Amino acid sequence: MNGSNEQSNGNGNANRERLVVVGNGMAGVACVEQILKHSKKFEITIFGDETHVNYNRILLSSVLAGEKSADDIVLNSLEWYEQNGIRLRLGVRVTGVDPAQKTVTVDDGSVTAFDKLLLATGSSPLIPSLDWVQKEGVYVFRSIDDTRALLERARPGTKAVVIGGGLLGLEAARGLQVQGCDVTVVHLMDRLMERQLDPTGGGYLKAKMECMGVKVLLNKSTTEILGNGKAEGVAFKEGPSIEADFVVVAAGIRPNTELGRKASLQVNRGIVVNDHMETSHPDIFAVGECVEHKGICYGLVAPLFEQGKVLAATITGNKGPTYEGTVLAAKLKIMGVDVFSAGDFNDKAPGTDAVRYEDAALGIYKKITIRDGKLAGVILVGDTSDSHRYMDWLRAGTDLTAMRKQLLFPSPVADAGLDTAQMPDHETVCGCLGVSKGAIIQAIHKKGVNTLAQLKECTRASTGCGSCTELCQQLLKAVAPEFQEETRKTLCKCVPFAEDNLREILRSQKLRSVQEVLDIYGNGTGCEVCKPALSYMMDMIWCGDHEEDRSARFVNDRVHANIQKDGTFSVVPRIRGGVTSPAELRRIADVADKYNVPMVKITGSQRIDLLGVRKSDLPKIWADLGMPSGQAYTKGVRMVKTCVGTEFCRFGVQDSTSAGIELERRLENLFTPHKVKMGAVGCPRNCAEATVKDIGIIGQEGSWQVVVGGAAGKSVRKADLLVTVASTEEALSAAEIFFQYYRENANYLERTYGFLERLGIEKVRKETVYAPEPVRQGLLDRLHKSKALAQDAWLEGETPRHPTQFIQIEPIERIPL
Amino acid sequence: MNDKPKWIRTARCEDIPLREGRSVRFGEREIAIFNLGDRFVAISNRCPHRDGPLSEGIVSGNTVVCPLHAWKVGLDTGDVERPADTLACVETFRVRVEAGFILVEMPLEGAEKKQAPGICIEHGGLPVVPKPPRMGIDDSDIRNIRA
Repeated sequence: MNGSNEQSNGNGNANRERLVVVGNGMAGVACVEQILKHSKKFEITIFGDETHVNYNRILLSSVLAGEKSADDIVLNSLEWYEQNGIRLRLGVRVTGVDPAQKTVTVDDGSVTAFDKLLLATGSSPLIPSLDWVQKEGVYVFRSIDDTRALLERARPGTKAVVIGGGLLGLEAARGLQVQGCDVTVVHLMDRLMERQLDPTGGGYLKAKMECMGVKVLLNKSTTEILGNGKAEGVAFKEGPSIEADFVVVAAGIRPNTELGRKASLQVNRGIVVNDHMETSHPDIFAVGECVEHKGICYGLVAPLFEQGKVLAATITGNKGPTYEGTVLAAKLKIMGVDVFSAGDFNDKAPGTDAVRYEDAALGIYKKITIRDGKLAGVILVGDTSDSHRYMDWLRAGTDLTAMRKQLLFPSPVADAGLDTAQMPDHETVCGCLGVSKGAIIQAIHKKGVNTLAQLKECTRASTGCGSCTELCQQLLKAVAPEFQEETRKTLCKCVPFAEDNLREILRSQKLRSVQEVLDIYGNGTGCEVCKPALSYMMDMIWCGDHEEDRSARFVNDRVHANIQKDGTFSVVPRIRGGVTSPAELRRIADVADKYNVPMVKITGSQRIDLLGVRKSDLPKIWADLGMPSGQAYTKGVRMVKTCVGTEFCRFGVQDSTSAGIELERRLENLFTPHKVKMGAVGCPRNCAEATVKDIGIIGQEGSWQVVVGGAAGKSVRKADLLVTVASTEEALSAAEIFFQYYRENANYLERTYGFLERLGIEKVRKETVYAPEPVRQGLLDRLHKSKALAQDAWLEGETPRHPTQFIQIEPIERIPL
Repeated sequence: MNDKPKWIRTARCEDIPLREGRSVRFGEREIAIFNLGDRFVAISNRCPHRDGPLSEGIVSGNTVVCPLHAWKVGLDTGDVERPADTLACVETFRVRVEAGFILVEMPLEGAEKKQAPGICIEHGGLPVVPKPPRMGIDDSDIRNIRA
């Protein structure tokens, strides 16, 4: 996509001014979005030295922590650039600016002319000593590539040292800790996030980080990264050095001002701009972290959006709006560590009052400072739910005199909707992108916005740090006529993630035990809802290459039998397709006699159930039966019910018995999100009820119909036709493809009928039988891999996983009677 | 007969896997012993709801969830934590570990008799709220029944 566009430089549409943007990051592209709102008069070229489209840099910490993938944080897709006629040049660096000739030089040797130039070059990590970065194993954390490199390097048990205890350093530390690294944060100052927190707040934060397993060393001035060519440790001025397998330097940022200097602009720490975002050259503008406004260089996201709006007005000839600086607000984006800080929290300044609240046991600390009756600053640790109110007070300069008694605890609002209803229209909802409540309501009414996704698309609200998502949802709920809640239910309170997120997390974080997931992403304990669900995910994703934790399984999956109301168990051997033999029936009868089985029952699934068996008898019964487990106790493949098909039936047109037995053989012993019952019938008379099974194959003259999503239990549902195929093999293969698709995409305890209704048969067809060959083959390959490792669970009767798995423990010393 | 409560050697520590339970029988009693990682705990093996074997439940922190209808019982207190409105509880037993064995303290024969079934000593002798007999199982019961 690079490099083919230069020929048009300089001789483009004569009516359009050429705008060259250096920097394809959040500031530059957000500003271009604003410019496009004003006018389409520019022919725009954007240069970016990264090879990615514009992404949300502040969410890189979520990528490092495995909560999001790199794709999730893309802000502007390639299509967006195309649709807006923007030339995008990625992976190249602008090395020179000629302010007189009005050209920029690129490191591939090309020269591009401009009428207006926008510098949005951002900042670079501050590296205290050049020697540091020359060693292998020393990283920074600034870009997607940096994040990928860190993910590559981070391995469970490796020692990581993060230099810098600011926002970025702490987020990097948490991400690495989630990856299983043994992480130490070393910080020069006497407290973490000293620019955002007072000593008390810093103390609370330190305790939270340590509680999560991140070590924190304060007052440490790093003198050297130890190691010969490769990082091996970190040395300090204040005493003993520490070991490190790798080091992340997050000691601050430095504005990228080289191009500004080359263009002979006025540059101090950053490129100096005035209130209209103009530099000292009339046709050169600058925005974002590379600029200095009234002596301040900003390193957060909200200011750059505000600057972009002003600059867009100025550059399009609508000069008027001015940028007057931004109230600094920072929010730490670490799940479970809520920290918010805004404004000036220094309470030593004359005329300043501080109001504080602390609960050490809950880890909650709140402090606000008040000057001249107005809010001057706020610190929230442990509970940041009120941050919006404080930000609004700060921005609006609200007089708080009348509210002095309720500053930290406003009188409770009875109706949750009232909270948003009471917000004035001008109040900012999304601080990152400066979207007010009024703008959101307007979007809902005028643009027909009904979902959060549409709201994001339309207003950009909540696409920054995402902390206003809940508020946006509430507004949508209250105002949008046809509000649709995004159906992303979280697994349970212990692990507050949607299941598709969790599957992604397990895969990307290579988490291989339930307890590990609970420790890192949950409350550490788990419950009867999430533990079996996570156990299933582990097994489905890692196919045996994981730690099978039986304590996280329901009792049925510990003893491979179905617990009954009296604590006894039922035993259902596998009888594939319901076809048995006299010898097998005799063995079953003998077992029933020998173990005094209270009830022998023919089930509705063409099988035989031995009910009322004691746990300690299970292994002996399995051995005597000499038959594999029928998985009647688990979320797995139950059975394939068959009719006699062409073998005996005078109406049969397909050999449903053999097909059903083969289908059962191919899928048995595998776990599924919920039980899977199947049917195979040899003609449309449907004697084995295939149309109300999770998967059914229905024989017709010369073809098979494969149907899915049927049910005849709590819900009754006729199955949907997945596909009609000519051969038995094709029918079995279609069933296999759907089966694996269900395994990989359904939520735990979601039957195929609910799954089908949630996704729709068209989508399921498109992603299974009508999917491109490699996709279908991928599903089959993963199924076959799982199948190759799946075992008949009843083999554990002979080789139990734990010595007391099936044993009734007798006291060693009996009670004297 | 001894007039002091008696400590009974029940099982070896390694008999009970981490975060699982096992039941041990003494005469009429059946006791569920759990391995919580940092300690062992023992409670009666009968759920006050429908006699479910608590030793077979999933451990959730310091509670266990009955495998039959998902009642949740505190392992340290014996209190039923779910459903929230019940005063029912199960008997708890003191536990100590000695030379690799789990010892459980059995109350006196006499003391045992004082504790009539269905009466909860920890709740000041309040009777267990009797549940009206149900004709079927309601939805909340079915929700957590597996298979």
